[in-house]
Amino acid sequence: MNDLRLTARQVRFTNTAFWRNPASAFFTFVFPLLFLVVFTALLGSGRLEVAPGLFIEQDRYYVAAMGAFGLVSATYTNLAMSVTFSRDAGVLKRIRGTPIPGWVYLTGRVLHAMGIALLLVAITAAFGAAVYGADLPTGLRLGQFFSTVVVGGAAFSALGLATTSLVPNAHAAPAVVNAIVLPLLFLSGIFIPLEASSPHWIVIVGDLFPVKPFAEAVRASFYGPPFAFVWSDLAVVAGWGVAGLLLAVRFFSWEPRR
Amino acid sequence: MSVIEVRGLRKRYGDVEAVRGIELSVEAGEVFALLGPNGAGKTTVVEILEGYRHRTSGETSVLGRDPAAFDRSTRERIGIVLQSTGVDPFLTVRETVELYAGYYPQPREIDEVIEIVGLVEKRDTRVARLSGGQQRRLDVAVALAGDPELLFLDEPTTGFDPGARRNAWQIVRNLVDLGKTVFLTTHYMDEAQALANRVAVISRGEVVAEGPPSTLAGRHLSETTIRFGLPAGAGSLPESLGVIRERDGFVELIAPDPVRTLHELTGWALARGLALEGLEVARPTLEDVYLELTATEEGEP
Repeated sequence: MNDLRLTARQVRFTNTAFWRNPASAFFTFVFPLLFLVVFTALLGSGRLEVAPGLFIEQDRYYVAAMGAFGLVSATYTNLAMSVTFSRDAGVLKRIRGTPIPGWVYLTGRVLHAMGIALLLVAITAAFGAAVYGADLPTGLRLGQFFSTVVVGGAAFSALGLATTSLVPNAHAAPAVVNAIVLPLLFLSGIFIPLEASSPHWIVIVGDLFPVKPFAEAVRASFYGPPFAFVWSDLAVVAGWGVAGLLLAVRFFSWEPRR
Repeated sequence: MSVIEVRGLRKRYGDVEAVRGIELSVEAGEVFALLGPNGAGKTTVVEILEGYRHRTSGETSVLGRDPAAFDRSTRERIGIVLQSTGVDPFLTVRETVELYAGYYPQPREIDEVIEIVGLVEKRDTRVARLSGGQQRRLDVAVALAGDPELLFLDEPTTGFDPGARRNAWQIVRNLVDLGKTVFLTTHYMDEAQALANRVAVISRGEVVAEGPPSTLAGRHLSETTIRFGLPAGAGSLPESLGVIRERDGFVELIAPDPVRTLHELTGWALARGLALEGLEVARPTLEDVYLELTATEEGEP
């Protein structure tokens, strides 16, 4: 069996197992929609000035932001936790003793996470269109949107795999992963919008990490002008992804770290 | 050619030398048991042979390859049951075996593998709902899925109840009937005795005895013990009976020539009309040999 088919097969089995774990599937799929409903209900449908002279309705802002949040959860958070659990349960060590190349196995896990992320982004977009009247991307914008989701999905997956090497054991996984991802989500305007009046240092710090350029690329490709889609945002995200991949290759552990 | 060859194998973890110059050789179709107490270095040795750990020095060859650099085609010929491993808890028994079988070019029939390990009734049960013993049997099924020539079993029955152990032993015997070579580690002497053609006893990183279980460490040559209860007021035994000791209220004679000693003892008892309660003649069990060989374990700094 060639490695491509072996990868596809790994995706299929990962998917079967994923849907049989209701807690994991529930949190992955329900959180972004839940947050979308709660934030827009709490904050109303006023207008935000995200940059001087650049306005967007609160609810449309959150549709794009929660799409970005969903993708980060489904790839980065999901892989950093589930791969750590597999490592601690000895699944990865067992895989290492079989003929399947390690990269084929991990690519299967990543592709599955990206598939889930794509589905989740689509559901969030459809929900946003149906409930908040967000217009869906078409044509060129759809192409940009899809590129953003693929580049973001791959980059946050690679960063998720790299993060497993920071997690000492499965019990610590939620704490470590949340300690990394939650501050970034806040600094990147995912939960609380960054406006023209936001503190300067938060804007600068947010720009250093991949979540904010990713969220901005999602918003720009989703709504189009006046939001400008800049490929350099995606380049920043991709750069982080490559760094994550290199770190993962160097430090990834197939055995429990005791 | 041997399936496994080990020469002068050493493994050092920091200041501790866990394996101190081991020599082993395992032939095709053989069940080889590495027997020793916890911490003797068994898992270190087996994980070096499986390619998980790298030796500090020495020579190792498994299926003609260096396990530190196994290629994919060698991995396809090896099945591994690690001491503790997991599989996805949300897949069923059949799906799990199917998943792992797919990693190998010529897997064994999935239902046949499930039958070999006796999980037919659980084939559609999710792994999370299996008992500990059933999960261990699934470990063996997963290792068998690729139809390997060589199987490593690292303490396959630790934590089993006696019935489950008998079942596991039957599985290993089935593997032998299939022509597999089995490298087993265990700290149960009876397991080594029941399964292995050859046993190496390892203690503190060294092989202290090696051979078929029946003759291990000259067990067949060891002196026989004659044991019996002596009624009160029977008087003293004749001195010609040799070395006499008392244990648990029984008298034990060490008998280099048991036929003559037994004849003399029973003659002496009959002449006095004495009943020798619980009279028995015993060769040292493998357990006795094992305990003696590994006894240095305690009391060492």
